[in-house]
Amino acid sequence: MTTLEFILGHYAYWLTLVLMIIGLYGMMMKRNLVKKLIGMTIFQVSIIIFYVAGAVKWGATEPILDGVDIEHVHHGMTQAISTAKYINPLPHTLMLTAIVVGVATTGVAFALVIMIYKRYKTLDEAVLLERMKKDNDSDN
Amino acid sequence: MKFLNYLILIVFGGLLIFASTGLANRGDADAPMNKETSPAGSPGAAYYYIQNAKKDAHTDNMVTVILADYRGYDTLGEETVIYTAGLICFLLLRRRKEEEAK
Amino acid sequence: MTHKEDNPIISLVSRVVSPFIMIFALYVIFHGHYSPGGGFQGGTMLAAAVLLVRLGAGREISQLQFKKSWGMPMGSVGVLIYFGTGFVAMLLGGNFLNYEFLPLAGHAEAVRGWGILFVEIGVGVAVMGILVAIYDDLLEGDPL
Repeated sequence: MTTLEFILGHYAYWLTLVLMIIGLYGMMMKRNLVKKLIGMTIFQVSIIIFYVAGAVKWGATEPILDGVDIEHVHHGMTQAISTAKYINPLPHTLMLTAIVVGVATTGVAFALVIMIYKRYKTLDEAVLLERMKKDNDSDN
Repeated sequence: MKFLNYLILIVFGGLLIFASTGLANRGDADAPMNKETSPAGSPGAAYYYIQNAKKDAHTDNMVTVILADYRGYDTLGEETVIYTAGLICFLLLRRRKEEEAK
Repeated sequence: MTHKEDNPIISLVSRVVSPFIMIFALYVIFHGHYSPGGGFQGGTMLAAAVLLVRLGAGREISQLQFKKSWGMPMGSVGVLIYFGTGFVAMLLGGNFLNYEFLPLAGHAEAVRGWGILFVEIGVGVAVMGILVAIYDDLLEGDPL
């Protein structure tokens, strides 16, 4: 396998992993809570793109049959479908679930951010930790 | 402290990119995931779904057949996840009218 | 966020366009067998049609289209449709979610196609209700 073939076959994976590192940077390094949530969303989207980009076959079309008509063929007899003409449908199915789970997680995260703001009146991580520690000390 | 964070990020990224060199070429129709039998001997999932989706459910769209028929249990669990998220937001944030009137 | 609808063009256009988006979303749900689509995609488009009126025309007018208290019950109805299909199949002798035992006419593969359609309708209704309910809950304590 020559180097050019290797690079052409793998560049999509590397670019998607760079996007994942950007999302992880946002989650770890930023101090505002809403910016951390944006980093989490970028992280989830990069994983979805990774799976969907890896399920492709050159020269193939979407996984919906048209023209292969076996309505009038009785059970037991069928014509074989050439699998090189249709892309792999399994990662697309799994990523449908992943997209909707990402939306649900983002909704719950924003609800928690609203409750934190109502209680502590700040959205900054360092100030929040100070106020939580002061709350714990004044309780004990 | 911040230097440690950056170091962890770069090491993690390097490890992932090194691991992705073991994947097959993207788009290869002879990759191990598209074959008829997987390397362990069991029938390959993608090959079986493409061959048998129209025969089993009289439906043209393979993705819908996988989502609702072959793997319908996973879709049930996923709907439970959405419902739980809606229930969490409802219980955290809705206020009854008596509390607002006080 | 400005609450008064001070732009009559946006308010009118969003109210006129929203039913057409709902009809297209129903098309996407019911044609999930023959074209890209299905339950999740159509349910999200239905929720988008409701949220368009909530954002474009203000909160009082949009209560006439879809009340705030209808969100969570609609989500529960969707999950019950999905579970109900599975339980009907189990009560009539088969496994859970085995669509061949549903009481519909036709040979076994066609009944599986109809089972897929019922399940997709349940998923679409549930996703619509839950997404609108999450949006309404996040805006709960907003004055006005």
